[in-house]
Amino acid sequence: MACQCDNEKKNIEKYLQPLEEILNNYQVPAESDIDLKKKKKKDSEIDPLTKKKFLIPVLQEAQDEYGYLPEEVLKRIADFLELSLSEVYGVVTFYTQFHLQPRGKNIIRICMGTACHVRGGSQILNEMEEQLGISSGETTDNLKFTLETVACIGACGLAPVIMINDGTYGRLTPDKVPEILNEY
Amino acid sequence: MSEISLTIDGEQVKVPEGTTVLSAARKLGIEIPTLCYHPDLTRHGACRVCEVEDVAHNRSLASCVTPVIEGMEISTRSRRARKARRRNVSLLLANHPNDCLGCDRSGTCELQEIAHDLSIRTREIEKYEGETRDITPDKTGPALKREPNKCILCGRCVRICEEVQGVSALQFSNRGFDSIVTTAFDLPQSEINCANCGQCATVCPVGAIVEKNEIYHVWQALEADDKHVVVQTAPSIQATLGEEFGMEPGTVVTGKMVTALRKLGFDRVFSTEFTADLTIMEEGYEFLARLEGNEKLPHITSCCPGWVKFAEHNYPDLLNHLSSAKSPQQMFSALAKSYYPDLTGIKPEKIYTVSIMPCTAKKFEKDRAGINGGPLKDTDAVLTTRELALMIKEIGIDLNHLPEDEYDELLGKSTGAGTIFGTTGGVTEAAVRTVKEKLTGEPLERLELGFVGVQDKEIEIGDRTIKVAIVSGLGNTGELLKDVREGTSEYDFIEVMACPHGCVGGGGQPLPVDKEKKDRRAEGLGSIDQAKTIRKSHENPMIKKVYEDYLEEPLSRRAHRLLHTEYRRRPKN
Ligand code: SF4
Ligand code: SF4
Ligand code: SF4
Ligand code: FES
Repeated sequence: MACQCDNEKKNIEKYLQPLEEILNNYQVPAESDIDLKKKKKKDSEIDPLTKKKFLIPVLQEAQDEYGYLPEEVLKRIADFLELSLSEVYGVVTFYTQFHLQPRGKNIIRICMGTACHVRGGSQILNEMEEQLGISSGETTDNLKFTLETVACIGACGLAPVIMINDGTYGRLTPDKVPEILNEY
Repeated sequence: MSEISLTIDGEQVKVPEGTTVLSAARKLGIEIPTLCYHPDLTRHGACRVCEVEDVAHNRSLASCVTPVIEGMEISTRSRRARKARRRNVSLLLANHPNDCLGCDRSGTCELQEIAHDLSIRTREIEKYEGETRDITPDKTGPALKREPNKCILCGRCVRICEEVQGVSALQFSNRGFDSIVTTAFDLPQSEINCANCGQCATVCPVGAIVEKNEIYHVWQALEADDKHVVVQTAPSIQATLGEEFGMEPGTVVTGKMVTALRKLGFDRVFSTEFTADLTIMEEGYEFLARLEGNEKLPHITSCCPGWVKFAEHNYPDLLNHLSSAKSPQQMFSALAKSYYPDLTGIKPEKIYTVSIMPCTAKKFEKDRAGINGGPLKDTDAVLTTRELALMIKEIGIDLNHLPEDEYDELLGKSTGAGTIFGTTGGVTEAAVRTVKEKLTGEPLERLELGFVGVQDKEIEIGDRTIKVAIVSGLGNTGELLKDVREGTSEYDFIEVMACPHGCVGGGGQPLPVDKEKKDRRAEGLGSIDQAKTIRKSHENPMIKKVYEDYLEEPLSRRAHRLLHTEYRRRPKN
C-alpha cells in the first residue's frame, strides 16, 4: 500500500523539480504563432507542434541529472512529450547509452577487444568481478563501482587495458587489480 | 496520376504510380506470402517474407513496401525469389517454439499456413539452428495472454495499438537478438494502460497474443447437474459466427446459432439484444434528463468496456459525461440473477451465466470492481465468437447443416434497435429512435450513418436540434474529447466504440479480418434490423413487461442498483 502521510506527493514533486527545469527548455511554439498553411506539412517533415521529437535530448539531460533514468522520471517525460510510457521505454532500452538502473560513481570499462582478449583481458575481468563481488553489467551495492565490458577502447598497444572513468590502466595483470581499486 | 507499366511473371500490367509491387501482383491474381503487411495498417517491411526478384534491375526486394517503377520485370517465381522467401520463413521458424499442435492459433496461424504452402521441412529449419528466445508468457491480463516466444516481431500489434487505437501499450524494446514486443518496463498486461480491446490479437499473425480462453469453465458448468446454464449472444455474433464455418462474411446465422447452443447443452438461449433495448431505455432516459437539465452534455455512451477503460486512463476528468448505464452484457447478467430467478423459481446460486461476445474487453468487464448487482458474480464466463466456434466444432457440428431455431422467450425478445448495437452508429441510432418518439411522438426515419472513423449528424427533435457524433477506433476520439475537455464541444451525444467499425470488428471475432470484411458483417446486421417488425426498443413487449413486473420505470431505484455502475480514475501510464 502506498504511503498515506501525504509527504509522498511532496517528495515526488521535489524529486522531479530538476526534471521540470529541464523540460521547461523544451516547449513547442503556440499554435497561433505558426503559419500552418504556409508551412504545408510533408510526410518527411517534423511537425513543429509535436513534442515527441525532443525525446532523445530530454533523456540525455535527465540521465545527466539523475545518473540514470528512474521510472518516475520516465513517466513524467512520457506525459510531457505526449508519448506513451511504452514508447519511451522502447527508446531507452534500444540505446546502450541509457540506463534504467542506478550507476556507480566510478565506471570501470574492461576492454574485450581482440588484442586485450589475446593478452588475458578476461582474467582481469574475472579478478574485478571477484574483488567487487558483482558481474559485468552490475553496480556495487554502495554505488561506488559499475563494471562493464567494451569492445575496444583503441589502446591495443597497452593490452590488456581498462578504463576507470577517464583514466586508462594498461599492461595489466590480475594482481594489480586490488591496488587500482584502492585509488577510488 | 501517371500510370506505370511493368511485367510480373511475364504478364504486362499498368498500375497507378505509387502502387506497391505486392498490390500490382495481387491485381493479376498472383499471390505472394506476407506476414508483417496488413491491409489496414501502415507498411513496415520487416519480415521479408514477401520477397520477389526484379530481373531488370538484378535485385531482390520486399514487394509489400516497394513502389513499382517503369520497366520493372518482376519474377515472383525465380529461383532467387523462392529461395529468399524459404530462407526468411525458415529463419523465423528456427527461433519459434515448435508448438503448433498445442497452440491457440493452430489452424488460423498465418506463419503455419505459409510454412505449409511453401512446404518448409524440418531439415531446412535445422540449418539455422542457434540460440532461441526464452521469455515467460504473460497470463496476468484480464482478457489477453501474451507469449513473446511465439512473436515474430512483425509489429502489427504495435501498429494497430498506436495508429488505430492511440494507446501504444505495446512497443518494440531492446535491440538485435534481444528485440521483443513488450509493455513499458515489461509490466504485466494487468497493470498497464491497455483497453483490452483485443485489436492486437486480431492482427497478430501467430499465437503470440490471444484471448484468455474460458471454454474449460463453460464445459464444467454445462456438465454439472446442479447448474442451470443460460447463455446470451451479443448482437454481432449472428453476422460473424458463420465465417468460422466457411460462410461469407455477413451471413446471418441467428437460427442455426441458437440450435448449436442448444446442442451444446445450454439450458436457455437468450439474446443480449434484449438488454441492448434495456440499455437504450435507461441510457435514453438518462440522456433526456441531461437534455432537459442542460447538464453533463455531451452525453457519452458507456456500453463498450474497451472505451470505458481507455477513458478511465486518459480522460478521468470526463468520466461524469459517461452514461452510468452498464453494458448490455452486464444488464443481462444482472437480470439473469435477479428478475429471472423471481420468474422461474430457480435459485440464483444455481444459475451460471455465459455470454458470447465479439469482445475481449468484456472478459475484463465481468470482473470489474462494483459491477455486480448482488453478492453473486453476475457474468460467470465470457466466450468470444472464436471460442464458441471451437466448442461447436469440438462436438462435431457443422453450422452449415443445422436447422434454425428461436431464442427462448423471457429474455430473448429483441428489436431491430438492439441488433444494430453491433456496429458503429447503432447505439446512437437506437437511442435516438426512442428519445425522439418520447419527446415528440414522431417516429424517426433511418439515420443511415456510416461505419468509419468519425461521423456526425444533426437531428431535429421538436424545436430542438440534437447534434450527435459517432466514433469508432479509440485513436479517433482525440479531437472530439479535446473539445469536450475544453468545454467547446458542439455535440449533445457522443457514441464511442473502441474497435474500428464497432463490435463487428471486435477483438474476439473470426480471423483473419480486414476493413472490407467488417463492412460486410455490418451490412449483415443491418439487414436483420430492416427485417424486424419492431425496430424501437421501447416497443419491445418484453421490455414493457420487465418494467411493469420488476423495474417499475427507467432510472428507478432498483434499475439503478442493477443496471447502472460507476467508473474510476486510472493512471495515464
Ligand atoms: S488490447 Fe487494445 S489497447 Fe491493449 S495492447 Fe491490444 S490493441 Fe493495445
Ligand atoms: S505479438 Fe504478434 S502482432 Fe505483435 S509483433 Fe509479435 S507476432 Fe507481430
Ligand atoms: S467495440 Fe465492441 S468488441 Fe470492441 S471493445 Fe467495444 S464492446 Fe468490445
Ligand atoms: S510482408 Fe513484406 S516485408 Fe513483411
